Amino acid sequence: MNLFPVATLSMLAGLMASPVQAQQKVVPAQSEIGFVSRQMGVPVDGKFRKFDAQVAFDPKQPAAAKIGFTIDLASASIGTAETEAELLKPDWFDTRKFPQATFTSTTVKPAGAGRFDVSGTLSIKGSSQSVLVPVTLAQAGATTTATGAFTLKRLDFKIGAGDWGDTSIVANDVQVKFKLTLTGVAAL
Amino acid sequence: MNRANPTRYTTTAIVLHWLLALAILGSFSLGLYMADLPFTPARVKLYNWHKWAGVTILALSAFRLLWRLAHRPPPDVPMPAWQRHASHLTHRALYVLFFAVPLVGWAYSSAAGFPIVWFGVLPLPDFVPVDKALAEAIKPFHGALAWALVAVVVLHVAGALKHQFVDRDGLISRMLPGPARG
Repeated sequence: MNLFPVATLSMLAGLMASPVQAQQKVVPAQSEIGFVSRQMGVPVDGKFRKFDAQVAFDPKQPAAAKIGFTIDLASASIGTAETEAELLKPDWFDTRKFPQATFTSTTVKPAGAGRFDVSGTLSIKGSSQSVLVPVTLAQAGATTTATGAFTLKRLDFKIGAGDWGDTSIVANDVQVKFKLTLTGVAAL
Repeated sequence: MNRANPTRYTTTAIVLHWLLALAILGSFSLGLYMADLPFTPARVKLYNWHKWAGVTILALSAFRLLWRLAHRPPPDVPMPAWQRHASHLTHRALYVLFFAVPLVGWAYSSAAGFPIVWFGVLPLPDFVPVDKALAEAIKPFHGALAWALVAVVVLHVAGALKHQFVDRDGLISRMLPGPARG
């Protein structure tokens, strides 16, 4: 709805190389957040169908960047309908009590050409952990694609409690992968 | 290499026959038992064991088929032509199903988004895409083919027992371990 003014603003910001920080926009249809969990060595791909990101990011001023994610945990899609239903239960995401996971950046540091290390706090199911997420940016025309992956330990967030705590069945390490398509990011 | 006694199957064929008989019976029973279990870590474990067993059966069956093609089985015992045809047809059906049942199970697992990692170590390729609708379409065939295999096994066992106890032609001893009989 306010895409146009934002785009204009950031284009202006880019043109003038001014320190103005416009809010960048995520293009949901071209963005994805997925995860890979391992069941007895079998990689099982999942993804979240509903999430939102708030990005205020100027490649020239990474220190001032603010990146936030809100992920609708009940929108997880993984394996069969049965595993999907299981994931919502109290042993796993407990979506009735904890519908959303959030990520809030604390610091963003440049890490080479088009690369940034984003540190922040990840909160899932009432537990918060600090995570470091390496992000790679690629720009094509007006869009910027941010990709990255990091590994979390599911038991740090009590994901898969009770009998499911057996990591020989479901590994503790879960890889989270994302691709965000953004508009309004100034040139790298 | 039992060339001295051509009325018996080779030791390798005998070992494969009984090993696969056990593996197939075990896998089938496990498949039947696990299908309706509630979703628990124990079930995940059983499913994976079932898949590992299925791939093992597939691999051993491939070896067995090659062995069978390279080593002539002992000649048929005397019997009416229709029985000889029926026994050959039964053996062919068994071999077809040794491959069909695990392959269709593998396809189902792949389509459902659970690629098979043999013994939790060796990732096997998916030869069908991950597609829930496809998985649901494949699923009944795995069960139906497994039941067909059991039906043909019953026929096979019934035939063998008939030879052994009605015709008393010592047919089963050709597939039994130990010194030559009959």
